[in-house]
Parts: sequence; C-alpha cells; structure tokens
Amino acid sequence: MSNPILKVENLNAHYGKSHILHGVSFNVARGEVVSLLGRNGSGRSTTLKSIMGLVPPSAGRVQLDGAEIAGERSFHICRRGLSYVPEEREIFLNLSVDENLEMGRQAGPAGATKWAVDQMFTYFPRLKERRNTRAGSLSGGEQQMLTMCRSLLGNPLVMLIDEPTEGLAPKIVAVVGEVIRDINEKGVSVVLVEQKLTIAMTVSHRICVMGHGQVVFAGTPQALNERPDVTEEWLAV
Amino acid sequence: MGGAQAPAMSPPAIKKGMGLVLDQIIFALLNGTIYGLLLFMVSAGLTLIFGMMGVLNFAHASFYMLGAYFAYTLEPLTGFWIAIILSPLLVAGIGILVERYILRHVHAHGHAHELLVTFGLSVVIAEIIKMAYGKFAIDYRVPVELNFAAFSLSGIDYPFYRLFMGGIALAMFIAIYLLLTRTRVGIVVRSAIYRPQMVEALGHNVPLVFMGVFGFGAALAGLAGAVAGAFYTTNPNMALELGVMVFVVVVVGGLGSMGGAMAASLLIGITNSLAVGSNFMLADALALVGLGAWAQDIGGLLTTRLSSLAATIPFFIMLLVLVVRPSGLMGEKE
Repeated sequence: MSNPILKVENLNAHYGKSHILHGVSFNVARGEVVSLLGRNGSGRSTTLKSIMGLVPPSAGRVQLDGAEIAGERSFHICRRGLSYVPEEREIFLNLSVDENLEMGRQAGPAGATKWAVDQMFTYFPRLKERRNTRAGSLSGGEQQMLTMCRSLLGNPLVMLIDEPTEGLAPKIVAVVGEVIRDINEKGVSVVLVEQKLTIAMTVSHRICVMGHGQVVFAGTPQALNERPDVTEEWLAV
Repeated sequence: MGGAQAPAMSPPAIKKGMGLVLDQIIFALLNGTIYGLLLFMVSAGLTLIFGMMGVLNFAHASFYMLGAYFAYTLEPLTGFWIAIILSPLLVAGIGILVERYILRHVHAHGHAHELLVTFGLSVVIAEIIKMAYGKFAIDYRVPVELNFAAFSLSGIDYPFYRLFMGGIALAMFIAIYLLLTRTRVGIVVRSAIYRPQMVEALGHNVPLVFMGVFGFGAALAGLAGAVAGAFYTTNPNMALELGVMVFVVVVVGGLGSMGGAMAASLLIGITNSLAVGSNFMLADALALVGLGAWAQDIGGLLTTRLSSLAATIPFFIMLLVLVVRPSGLMGEKE
C-alpha cells in the first residue's frame, strides 16, 4: 500500500497503570473503510481514542496524510482532518440540534471533502424536523444521526466511528450503514469499530481483528471468511 | 378600644401618611433592585467561572475590589469614563494570568486545592491593596456630572447614579445572554461545561476558551467594582463583604445559569432592602390572633425586629433553596 492516509505503528496506550494497547499497527488507504473487530476489551475503542489524542499514546506513531500526530492535543488532530464519533455519542444535551451541528463545523484540511448542513438533513430528514429541539429530547437513533453529522461537518479526511449501530432499531442500523457507505464513496476514509459482523463485512474494504490490545488478523472480508480459525478464536462469543 | 377615643386623623392626613409609606416602599424596592443588579454584576462572572468551568474561585470578589481601586487610580489621569473601561481590562489581564499560571495547574487536584489557592490569592490581593492605598476607605466618588437627582418622591431625592448602575447591570445581562446564545463562542462555552473532552475532539481549543471565560468573568467583576465602588465605599474589606453574598447568589440561582443568577440577585437584593426598612416582628403577627401580649412577655425571637435579621435573610433563602431545590432556582441540568 503506497501512501496510506492513516498509518498506525506500534501504538501503545495505558489507562493509569493498566497497559491496554500493546503495539497496534494498521494502515488505512485513501478511500478505504477499515473495520476493527474483536471482543469487548480487545482494545478497539481505546485504539480510536488513542489515535484521536483522547487517550494519549504511551508509545508508537500515528501519521495522518504523512504528518505525525501522535501525542498532539485532540483539537489539533481534529483540525488536521481526523474526526471522531464516540460510542457514547456525547452529544450536547443542553443545546439544540442546530447548535450541536454548529459545534462540529470546522474548515477541515485542504483536499478534504466539504460538507454542508443541508446534506446532513438529506441523509437524516428527521433531524431537519427537529433542528430547534433540545438534543436531550432526541431518541437514541436520532442522537446517533446527530453525532455522525456533527463529526462529518468537520470536513475530515478520515472518520473514526465507534459502534454506530449499538442499541439501534434494525431499520436505523441499515440507514447508518448506507450513510457510512455513501460518505466513503464521496471521499472520506473510515475506521469503523463495529460489533455487528454483517454490517462490518458489507461496508468494509478491509478488516482488522483485534485481541489482547493487538491486531491479530488483517485482510479483506473474503479473507476473513476463509479463516474460520480466526473467527473462532478472536470473535466468537 | 372604641373608635371614638382614637385620635382622629383628617382624610388628607391619612392620604399623606399612606403616600409617605408608599414612597418608602418604592424607594426600598428600587434600592433593593439596584443592589440586586450590583450583586448580579459580580455574580455573573462567578456563575460563568464556577458554574460553567467548575472552578471554585474564592478570589472572585477580589477582582471586584481591584476594579474599584484601578478605576480610582486611573480616574485622575484619564477621566471617569475611560477609567471604567480600562480598569475591567486590567482586571481581565490579571484574571487571565491567574487562570493560566495558577488555577490551570491546580484544577486537576480538585475543589479543595482551588479553594485554598484562591483564598490565599484573595488575602494577598487584600494585603497588597492595604499596602498601596492604606487600610481605610479611599475617596473614590461619583463624578460630578453624574451626581444629580433622577427624581424625587415626598421631597427625597433619588440619585441618578443608582439608576446608572442598574442600567449597566441590565446591559451586561443582555450582552452576556446574547453572547452565550447567539454566538459560536457562546455555544462552545455552554457545551464545554459538560463535555470538555468531546468539545476539544471537535477541534475547539478548550483551555483557551476557559482562559477567555475566566478573563471575561474577572472583567465583569472589575466593571462592577469600577462602577459601584464610586457609589458605595471602596475599602480593602469590600471584597470580603460582597464575596460571601455573591456565592450565595450563585448557589441560589443555580450553577451555570445566568437567568438564575439574575433572579437570585434580585430576590436577595429586594428582600434584604425591604427587611432593613421593616420594623415587623413575629409578635405583631401573633397580635392578630390575640396573642400579642403573650408574645411580648416571651420576647426573644418573637420580639426581634425583621430589620435586625436582614443580614441573615440571604442565607435563610439559600438554606431553603438547597433543601427544596438543590440545583438552584434555574440550575441547568444536563
């Protein structure tokens, strides 16, 4: 792979004294969707947080579009073109939908796909109806839509999306999957942490399986399908 | 007691007497409102700092005092108007330095450390003021061009300067409200209260925002001091006198709520002002049910005049609010 948009090398991270990531390495090519799969506690979410600068890496390198970003503050990382959709959604419940979207708006780096609020409402018309409502009164599905739109308005090169379909009704899960595919087609690379194997297998170009804070398998969804041993050892519950 | 034995008052005299009482009530209400607005000017900054950033700044009222002393010092050089503009800016500068080089390092260790550091800071500021200006009140006065009566009731003049202070406080309230609700910076501040990490991950420089909010809060207190110091007395105790009351306002209003701070300031200002002018005692109420003589015999709390309890009323209100509605009158809950 030449010139990956995101390059993670030997990433280590700690929560206090607990060593969570033991040298995570993977690359994301331009225009790729890469999913991180694994059981709970395998380090997928911490990997995203560590790349984003929310859990400072204790060792290792992260390069975004050729520039070293490991150890930078998260607002710098965001302005350089990484955006993060947290599993907990973390929308601002005391602000309106419009104000939440405004919070996400950033110029973004040169060369990134530019997004407008109207496009967000095309993806999720429900948000347009509720644009003046306090975000605290939105349903779980609407909150998920809002948090994705908010991050997208930062005009990122790469989006880190953590468990976007958790706790959502099947109909909304399908919509979220569609949106991920569409933003990717429009030029945004994606690192996806996803529990639902079916979604991950259909939207991803490549899969990284994680276990014990490391990447234990990397390959295409087809390659993973041909390795029942990997599925059995690292993914089956 | 027969009505015939009572000293008769002619109807115009009764009317005049009632008019006088009414005028006194109007004065008390006005004074209370203006004092409340002054409380708001100082507590607005503390609401931002304490409620929104979670920083316990005991030295906040010291910024109020600094505002008054700076304005007093600048006035002979620049005139009153420039002085009340420059002195909040100077106080903002000090506030920014305090946040950047003291509080930012202490914040992570919790409220106890913040309280100790800012308490120490308030003592240091008070001592420096005493060294520079002496222990007694200084001669900081309302400028001549603003020292006139706005109107008079029952022959008593009402100073225009009080209305001027009230006007500044109201303008400040409107400006803060618009800033917080209509601007991007305001939205960032409101969201950074609850989820600073997420705000930062969305590309906002949160430490810079907090430093700015702290400086702005300090400037508001400085402006209040510059304006009110000329009317009330400017002395090295003024921070201590107002400081406690300002904390009461922030707690009663609800942490982080500007509207709450305004409501609590007015509530405390007006009740305080009405109580000070009232001779009411519990025995009077008991007299209505025929227990007046008994209450007079018992004495103690029953015959204590409301005016002598006035200073405790804000704390009583705080107690009541904390019991009934711990988040304050308009405390923003996420």
